[in-house]
Amino acid sequence: MEKFTRIDAVALPLAQPNVDTDQIIPARFLWHKRSDGYGQWLFNDLRFNEDGSEKPGFILNQAAYAAASVLVAERNFGCGSSREHAVWALYDHGFRCIIAPSFGDIFYNNSFKQGLLPVVLPEAEVTKLREAIERSNSAHVSVDLQSQTVTGPGGFTARFEIAPFRKQKLLEGLDDIAITLALSDKITAFEAEFDREMPWLTPA
Amino acid sequence: MPSTLFEKIWQRHTILEREDGAVLLHVARHLVHDGSAAGFRTLRERGLPLHRPDRTFGTPDHYVPTTTRDMASIAEAGRRDMVSALATNAHDYAFTEFGLDDPRQGIIHVIGPEQGITQPGLLMVCGDSHTATHGALGALAFGIGASEVAHVLATQTLWQSKPRSMRVTVTGKLGAGVTAKDVILAIIAHISAAGGTGHVIEYAGPVISALSMEGRLTLCNMSIEAGARAGMVAPDEATYAYLQGRPYAPKGEAWDQALAFWRTLPSDPGAVFDTDVTIDGSSIAPMLTWGTSPESAGPITGSVPDPALETDEERRTAMTQALDYMGLTPGTRFTDIAVDKVFIGSCTNSRIEDLRAAAAVVKGRKASVWAMVVPGSGLIKAQAEAEGLDQIFRDAGIEWRHAGCSMCVGMNGDLVSAGERCASTSNRNFAGRQGRGARTHLVSPAMAAAAAIAGHFVDVRDFTGSV
Repeated sequence: MEKFTRIDAVALPLAQPNVDTDQIIPARFLWHKRSDGYGQWLFNDLRFNEDGSEKPGFILNQAAYAAASVLVAERNFGCGSSREHAVWALYDHGFRCIIAPSFGDIFYNNSFKQGLLPVVLPEAEVTKLREAIERSNSAHVSVDLQSQTVTGPGGFTARFEIAPFRKQKLLEGLDDIAITLALSDKITAFEAEFDREMPWLTPA
Repeated sequence: MPSTLFEKIWQRHTILEREDGAVLLHVARHLVHDGSAAGFRTLRERGLPLHRPDRTFGTPDHYVPTTTRDMASIAEAGRRDMVSALATNAHDYAFTEFGLDDPRQGIIHVIGPEQGITQPGLLMVCGDSHTATHGALGALAFGIGASEVAHVLATQTLWQSKPRSMRVTVTGKLGAGVTAKDVILAIIAHISAAGGTGHVIEYAGPVISALSMEGRLTLCNMSIEAGARAGMVAPDEATYAYLQGRPYAPKGEAWDQALAFWRTLPSDPGAVFDTDVTIDGSSIAPMLTWGTSPESAGPITGSVPDPALETDEERRTAMTQALDYMGLTPGTRFTDIAVDKVFIGSCTNSRIEDLRAAAAVVKGRKASVWAMVVPGSGLIKAQAEAEGLDQIFRDAGIEWRHAGCSMCVGMNGDLVSAGERCASTSNRNFAGRQGRGARTHLVSPAMAAAAAIAGHFVDVRDFTGSV
């Protein structure tokens, strides 16, 4: 997994609450392999007409935001289905950080597995940041994971909270499976006791 | 110290807790489906074995056709590969699969309880957000993403941080024609689609205790639509009666041993929840959703709300966009909304009780719009046929299909066309969920059946008595 330490990039404002993972990546694309590149289908139905032409009104289609790598969203971003493809689509399109007042729990977890940083800030702060970037077309926002800070246009600055283990994993690009396999002895010992106490789970 | 049902299960599955707050949890049951292919790919790429084949159970559901059981009928190779990959993985990694040709095949969240694989006190996961369904039996069950699926396959564990707990108490008594689906839609409308974020919900109170197991499964199923990671109901006599005799449920001496453990699980008196919510069940009417978030739900007696009356600008904009997508005019009475299609099925409402409720409304009448019933499993299909329910639907001109996720998510090609309005017993009314431009209204099976007959939404309480 790629590390995340710091980013300074164009930020795209998306004021819509409850952006669900069906919006981020419609279900009909999910059978594709990751190597097919999911960025092409990000927000597909919002971004493209049925004939494949772009919807000029959708913000991602505006030239000023073509290079956006930070998304400033609204509450409950990534709610709904557990599809990790939603994170793939955002990441493959170039996004590395999503800032929102709240996230769907599974989306939040999935993000860390792919090197995408979800930043939770109070709703008032997110609104302030979003309005600031809306005012200054294609403004940059910086996110520093080590110091847990977000800085943006108009002197915007805010500190965010993140669980230490999640932070460490992103900073070092650590792989969960490798970490866990190193704990095999503990896992095996636990399982032996668990299976002994609940023998009905292991029919003879 | 008194503890909650959730805490007891969490504790029982904790292998270790690191100083930084990360908890390594054992997974007692891992459910997989045809959408879990990415997880298996990771396992294969890394050359890792499946750690616990005996704790892994699978069935294809998302991509399977509902008109036939012939895998070859799936036109698109990529989708067909998803179904065949599960069979290949089950063979190569030697875990139990209820394949497309197995009468026990069905929606994974339907067959887990049906087979007795789902049991009280177990931590269960599945690469699907509706895994919360299994909490109806007093399990702690939640959805995970593809990377976590791979992690569970390889280690039978998960790293998590402990969620907060919420109790939703539903007091009083449900009125006639009001179902578990209406209860959960009322709860989501009350606490919002993000109200349960970061929480595990325990549903409690007289209304919940009085629900059948099928009803509790419907209730817990939509916990994710309230933002919650999991939803659960304390096991009780109804739970044990439901489980006894099921294929994977313990038997004989093992049953007594399991039962003794299960009886220790309910939340202790005085256990404290981080959040407590109470809802008056007696005041819940049959519900339907009018927007593109499950929180946009109201009683059938109401009408489409007016964004102009919403004071928060962002909410007003979201509401306007939702009504525009849904093609609805503020002030329209819900009972005046005509439907084009009706879908009865999904992991929310495809169990035998759901089909009986729909059949009771349909019996002796004709559908006036296209409708279909998709049972949750092959066994439910067989039972419904034995009870003659299929004939009631067929006589009404309603299609009777094979088991699968079907039109809830449309991944198998069962779609609602752009601009079409569908009364659906599924769980999500998101824009594009049932197909690009599809307009979804979530309702109970009885409400869906009544809409199929009338061609528009009706209050099923008025409908049941008259022909």
